Amino acid sequence: MFELLGIPPQALFGQVLLGLINGSFYAILSLGLAVIFGLLNIINFSHGAQYMMGAFVAWMCLTYLGINYWAALLLAPLIVGATGIAIERLLLKRIAHVDHLYGLLLTFGLALIIQGLFRNQYGSSGLPYQIPAELRGGVNLGFMFLPWYRGWVVVASLIVCLATWFLIEKTRLGAYLRAATENPTLTQAFGINVPLLVTLTYGFGVALAGFAGVLAAPIYSVNPNMGADLIIVVFAVVVIGGMGSILGAIVTGFSLGLIEGLTKVFYPEASATVIFIIMVLVLLVRPAGLFGRAA
Amino acid sequence: MKLKTFLTTTALAALMAAPALAQQISVKAGVLNDRSGLYADLSGEGSVIAARMAVEDFKAAEKGIKVEIVSADHQNKPDVGSTIARTWYDQDGVDLILDVPTSSVALAVNQITREKNKIHINSGAASSDLSGKACSPNTIHWTYDTYALAQGTGGAMVKAGGDSWFFMTADYAFGHALERDTSAIVTKNGGKVLGVVRTPFPGTDFSSFLLQAQASKAKVIGLANAGGDTINSIKQAGEFGITAGGQKLAGLLVFLTDVHSLGLATAQGLVLTESFYWDTNDQTRGWSDRFAKANGGKKPTMVQAGVYSGMLHYLKAVEAAKSKDSAVVMAKMKEMPTDDPLFGKGSVRADGRKMHDMYLFEVKKPGESKGPWDYYKQVSVLPAEQAFRPLAESECPLVKK
Repeated sequence: MFELLGIPPQALFGQVLLGLINGSFYAILSLGLAVIFGLLNIINFSHGAQYMMGAFVAWMCLTYLGINYWAALLLAPLIVGATGIAIERLLLKRIAHVDHLYGLLLTFGLALIIQGLFRNQYGSSGLPYQIPAELRGGVNLGFMFLPWYRGWVVVASLIVCLATWFLIEKTRLGAYLRAATENPTLTQAFGINVPLLVTLTYGFGVALAGFAGVLAAPIYSVNPNMGADLIIVVFAVVVIGGMGSILGAIVTGFSLGLIEGLTKVFYPEASATVIFIIMVLVLLVRPAGLFGRAA
Repeated sequence: MKLKTFLTTTALAALMAAPALAQQISVKAGVLNDRSGLYADLSGEGSVIAARMAVEDFKAAEKGIKVEIVSADHQNKPDVGSTIARTWYDQDGVDLILDVPTSSVALAVNQITREKNKIHINSGAASSDLSGKACSPNTIHWTYDTYALAQGTGGAMVKAGGDSWFFMTADYAFGHALERDTSAIVTKNGGKVLGVVRTPFPGTDFSSFLLQAQASKAKVIGLANAGGDTINSIKQAGEFGITAGGQKLAGLLVFLTDVHSLGLATAQGLVLTESFYWDTNDQTRGWSDRFAKANGGKKPTMVQAGVYSGMLHYLKAVEAAKSKDSAVVMAKMKEMPTDDPLFGKGSVRADGRKMHDMYLFEVKKPGESKGPWDYYKQVSVLPAEQAFRPLAESECPLVKK
């Protein structure tokens, strides 16, 4: 049997697939960030907390109301998105005219508050959430055992990512959004309700985080810090892809998941750092990111 | 304003006029642990509650000992923990530091305590180096250590036929110590270690490492990690069909709170080693009920129980020595046998190792559990002499050979 760099090909294929699965989470989360930054110029630091809320809302739905995973997959993003809309209307709107560092600080503070509240209520060690019965078990692909649920995660996130890209780049609504980003005053002069668009966009970006949270609940520990652990990596993904680039976020999300997955085989100790090394290299060569337009 | 000044002055005067209590000793204890991260549930505020309960149960005030308890969050970072420990010792007059989970932080606090000649009673950290090559005349390692965990879970797994191992090790002081001590037990009992993967700490996705463990064909996958890392590893091992494929998971350090978080459906059958379980006897049940009332219904972990037990023994030593001088109290603590409702009778060895029995537990099936927190059934008892590293093998310079 031939080997690639000392690793049997079976193992390598398995790791590539796993990398893509983790990449799906990076992709959805960085997509949400990119949408929010691209259209609102807000660096949404509470994105990790909102991802965590998605997982917790799914848990609450199941525990308190008996609502199953599938319904939660729809409901949790709506609920988390609604809290996002409230945050935009009550807080972010008031600082829209000042430097976006203020938005960063505000959302960072919000993230700490949200995490603190959940920790106070539910503790830090996490809550149990089972994989839905329909997706238990898996299939033997010959080179690895693929749990159905992981397969579902890749499919679901690909659909959501492509749908979002289509919505923003190819539809009339997306065109309004892009116009509102380029020149809000002129767009408003054409009779388009720009503040409403902005609010809905933030709500949508946050809902994406909530959606990722529900996807994560059955496989990762549902705890108040789950988002904080992930968000720094996701920010690196967004920076590498180019701040605000929709396609960049999707492509970089998946490919960095892949690179991280391979690092876990060849040099596991570096797997937590490899993304940041890539970030440094990309910033040196292309300061606007791989898919970003230079300002 | 005038009234306020007047009242303050009167209050101060009243205080000064009160007769000073004869020979009162006042001690200040600092509970230093993780209050916001992955170890917050197993130590955190619960450890502070446990320390307070020790003061109440000892009736310190009646015995002329005034105890003040302070607490802080070391965020599992050695630099943060060191800064707090120095401030406490240098500026705030703290006499002893309790708990300190996370081995890397514990080793730092151990060193500072020695420099400042104070006392450290460690309950939360695991590394057996605390009573081994890093041992100090100022530190007692109270609740458990990696050697005992390896003896318990590792020994039991090898005896049950799990003679080939693959380790998933959290890449820091604790994980390395646990992997080292367990490997030694495995090889000593005739087993072999097929491979190791060092995972970044803290981690979220362990599937890649689990696949490597699966490919190694080892009979046992040793999880040399803790808290959220262990929870994620066990959850994902179930998902990837690793346990169904015949490989066994050895959770080398699993706390009650971890099992609570995993749920019995996922955690059932897991074998683990602890030094304390709330549902062991009437005394532990009684104490744990009181604890749970103060801790939002959550039962104590062995770490929190260890803080209680350590604080109690410290107070007994202060009372017996009629002093809080570090050297005198440490000598007293090592001289006096320990006895409390949670760990029973025991002793503190010359190397700072607290000696008590350890227990091997198996996690119940969902059907066997009567409700929340009813999670373990006892498999066997490991007598203290077997559980902890014999003095003859000790690397501790304090042990005369």
